[in-house]
Amino acid sequence: MTEPAITPELVAKHNLTPDEYAHAKEILGGREPSYTELGIFSVMWSEHCSYKNTRPLLKTFPTKSPKILVGAGEENAGIIDIGDGLAIAFKIESHNHPSAVEPFQGAATGVGGIVRDIFTMGARPICALNSLRFGPITDENPHPASGHPLPSDGRGAGGEGSMVSTEVLNNRRLFAGVVSGIAHYGNCFGIPTVAGEVYFDKSYEGNPLVNAFCLGVLRHDQIARGAAKGIGNPVFYVGPATGRDGLAGAAFASQDLTDESAQQQRGAVQVGDPFMEKLVMEACLELLATGAVAGIQDMGAAGLTCSTCETAARAGTGIEIELDKVPQRAPNMSSYEIMLSESQERMLIIVHKGREEEVKRIFDKWDLPWSEVGVVTDTGHMVVRHGGKIIADIPAKKIADESPIYHRESREPEYLKAVRAFRLDGILDTQSPLDDLKQLLAWPSIASKNWVYRQYDHMVRDGTVVNPGSDAAVIRIKGDSLPESSNGKSVPEKLIAMSVDCNGVYVYLDPYEGAKAAVAEACRNLACSGAVPLGATDNLNMANPHKPELFWQIQESVRGLADACRAFNAPVTGGNCSLYNQNPSGPIDPTPTIAVVGLVEKAEDVTTQWFKDEGDAIILLGDLVDANDPIQGLGGSAYLQVIHGKKAGSPPRVDLDKEKELHLALRALIQSGVVKSAHDCSDGGLAVALAESCISQQIARDTPRLIGAEIDFSENAALSRDAATKPRIDALLFGESHGRIVISTSPVNAGKVLAQAKILGISAAKIGTVGGATLQIKAGEYTLSGDLRELHDLWWNAIARAMN
Amino acid sequence: MNFAVLQFPGSNCDQDCVHVLRNVFGHSARAVWHKDASLGEADAVLIPGGFSYGDYLRTGAIARFSPVMQAVQQFAENGGLVLGVCNGFQILCEAGLLPGALIRNRSLQFRCEHVFLKTVTTDSPFTNRIPQDKLLCVPIAHGEGCYFADEATLAKLKANNQILWRYVNAQGEPTESANPNGSLENIAGICNERRNVAGLMPHPERASEAILGCADGKLIFESLIHALQNKSAAKAA
Repeated sequence: MTEPAITPELVAKHNLTPDEYAHAKEILGGREPSYTELGIFSVMWSEHCSYKNTRPLLKTFPTKSPKILVGAGEENAGIIDIGDGLAIAFKIESHNHPSAVEPFQGAATGVGGIVRDIFTMGARPICALNSLRFGPITDENPHPASGHPLPSDGRGAGGEGSMVSTEVLNNRRLFAGVVSGIAHYGNCFGIPTVAGEVYFDKSYEGNPLVNAFCLGVLRHDQIARGAAKGIGNPVFYVGPATGRDGLAGAAFASQDLTDESAQQQRGAVQVGDPFMEKLVMEACLELLATGAVAGIQDMGAAGLTCSTCETAARAGTGIEIELDKVPQRAPNMSSYEIMLSESQERMLIIVHKGREEEVKRIFDKWDLPWSEVGVVTDTGHMVVRHGGKIIADIPAKKIADESPIYHRESREPEYLKAVRAFRLDGILDTQSPLDDLKQLLAWPSIASKNWVYRQYDHMVRDGTVVNPGSDAAVIRIKGDSLPESSNGKSVPEKLIAMSVDCNGVYVYLDPYEGAKAAVAEACRNLACSGAVPLGATDNLNMANPHKPELFWQIQESVRGLADACRAFNAPVTGGNCSLYNQNPSGPIDPTPTIAVVGLVEKAEDVTTQWFKDEGDAIILLGDLVDANDPIQGLGGSAYLQVIHGKKAGSPPRVDLDKEKELHLALRALIQSGVVKSAHDCSDGGLAVALAESCISQQIARDTPRLIGAEIDFSENAALSRDAATKPRIDALLFGESHGRIVISTSPVNAGKVLAQAKILGISAAKIGTVGGATLQIKAGEYTLSGDLRELHDLWWNAIARAMN
Repeated sequence: MNFAVLQFPGSNCDQDCVHVLRNVFGHSARAVWHKDASLGEADAVLIPGGFSYGDYLRTGAIARFSPVMQAVQQFAENGGLVLGVCNGFQILCEAGLLPGALIRNRSLQFRCEHVFLKTVTTDSPFTNRIPQDKLLCVPIAHGEGCYFADEATLAKLKANNQILWRYVNAQGEPTESANPNGSLENIAGICNERRNVAGLMPHPERASEAILGCADGKLIFESLIHALQNKSAAKAA
């Protein structure tokens, strides 16, 4: 096969700058790369594989803790000790661009990829989460008057009548496709999808975000490494044959998404087979248990290329493979295609010499293709042969570790001046709190996501203790959660809580505070479920780093995540970075998604968000409104977006110290056994949190458990202040100040809770009583009284109404 | 008791069934590989949920040809008790051990949620311990659980009292909105004419421990175990 000559155009087509190309030649000892080598450099040095634009920032994350067994950047996923010789491996990863082009397969393979990252570590995947963003799925969805006044893009106001419906229809198509793709892969593979978040916002139109998280469990002695150890050890390829699908997907994911690229790159989207992945996982775990494996690595981004380079680089060895031995799905594939294919469900396994038979036995048992394709060498080079010729010969460590690093120019965006100057003066206080509450509950970003999670099997593996629909998911780890092991010691049950969060609007309006808020909310959700944070994994979904204003957003977001993760003792164990999230109409809202994982000590501590019994006292932990906030927690609020069509104002600030004290106090209260329900105030504020506490318990299909509440703020100190400092009613009901949690407790314990809160140094006030068929809120001169059945219907069915 | 839990490539509730039988009920349960032509020591066979062979072609359509299913056929002919859950129910229908078929949910969407089940008859090895009028709250998780059968078959099912469970609302009525998949007459589970083979779409093994929210599913396993104990007692006598 004749390979094209290397021209500057060809180099540019591979997204390599002249400098990068020069460096590549230098690594090759001055010679020009072959076409295949060019492709290899192109994918290895794509942002997706090399983090060349963000590595300096990522270094600022807190990554240390005595509990960390495998840290950030070391392997395919971080691993944290959870005691009794057990550990968890978890990670989040994006599949944004593929999902924009082909939502079903794009999302499905996103799940497949992250699941592989977890069992590659030797862990058995036991649950999945996801974080999704789409454009609006309803016509009424308000378009922020402020728009996106970034100098770098001319985003039109949008929202003009006829235009919208086609956009909205497309948003629905992407949303439905992504959800069914995740369902297809996760359900068939047999992993419960137990929690997640979905937001709808104009900025994600045409560039949806699909972040998939997976968590697995293993014993300390079962940790596997992605290193090509042992000179002379054979290298096996296992799993389905290599095809032309997903060609150079990593490179595709690392450029601006345009209509044109989307069209061209449809071939860059991989096609997933969850059934195959299930078999590959079972076979790999069975093989790992034999001790025959020296190193193992999945073929994800950049397929065979990345897995061979990285395993050799990690071990400081060389690796030599023979492409003629690689199982191939399509005839006459070129070496370029074989090396860059991202065909799914494939693994690279380095086996201790002399134990090849065990690989063959186990993979034959599972009827899976396997092939001995190469050997570990001492040359330090990754050498690829095809048709008797050497078609690539690259120093493995150099290409893996010497990828370029860029310190991008960063400039604070102009639009933030207006954001900070925003005040409420021009905004009329709420005229009918009940109507506003109803609109908020029916707003797709706040409404129940049951239309989504009822399509996911969220109970398989018999471990889901708290199902989707509460603040955080809680999963039980038991004996069969672990991979097979010769050491068959029985293990004590453990409870793991997880939450994934990010409010992109906050981050757009203040990247630093918005990112802090994401971590704070995730940790608050954990606290509400009775859990202590163990660690976090981040997914930076950002726009084009070459634009200074956009790079500034990345920089500030990382600073916010880092400070908050440090504060909550949730070190970052790894993650993913997706840049160039930009569609024809402009950049997305910066969305640094964070997933935080925690441990619940005792089963009795597991707490859910809904009210339990008539007569229970309702207590608000934290301050009613943040007195230091000139716009009283309404900045970036759902209320301003939905009721006033504004995406404006500085978002509420998180006081990390106060927030941390609050979480400690809540856990203490939960552990003392007096807390019957706990729900944090976030999107939609206190009123929405209260409504959700009344309507969010689902017994079974079509059988919600509705329980009312009577709330009275007229006694509240904040409200008895003089007119000047008195909070607005809309701020009180719908403001989104952080550090607030609604709990309920039996009447006899109410006094105890208030007293204990005082001792723990957090403000707490009884604001009402559980009971009745309505949610009643007395605030100043207003009394809001909502019929529970109506509120539930608006909230529970909003998304189904938009989609069906 | 000895339970044989079948393990097809793509089964994903096999571990859950083994876990419940062993750790909740204290019986012995083994996974039996799909390539095995023998079930070994087995008092009853459980066919778990999942996506056997990827459910390619049609759910359960390939599994029926596996060596282990020939053994199950024989086991059932000899009167052995066989229970199929979810994909297991689909396989039993494909294998002709149970009448009717399971087709795509009416909604065309996968559904995972708790449902209420009304036990139509306690006259079966799978329902004998379920109190009359006790509604079971058990989760479903399937994309193809819409039970269908032609009129003659349906009439026969009724005449022989073979319908074991129906989807109902909290008041116990088999309403349309209580039906999660469009099943004919809200049918959730049935048994064969001889009453030794049964299948249901809901997952009792996911509702057998309080920590998972509800334990009503235990009653189905308790019925099965009770029936096996009677059998062995009868044998002994």
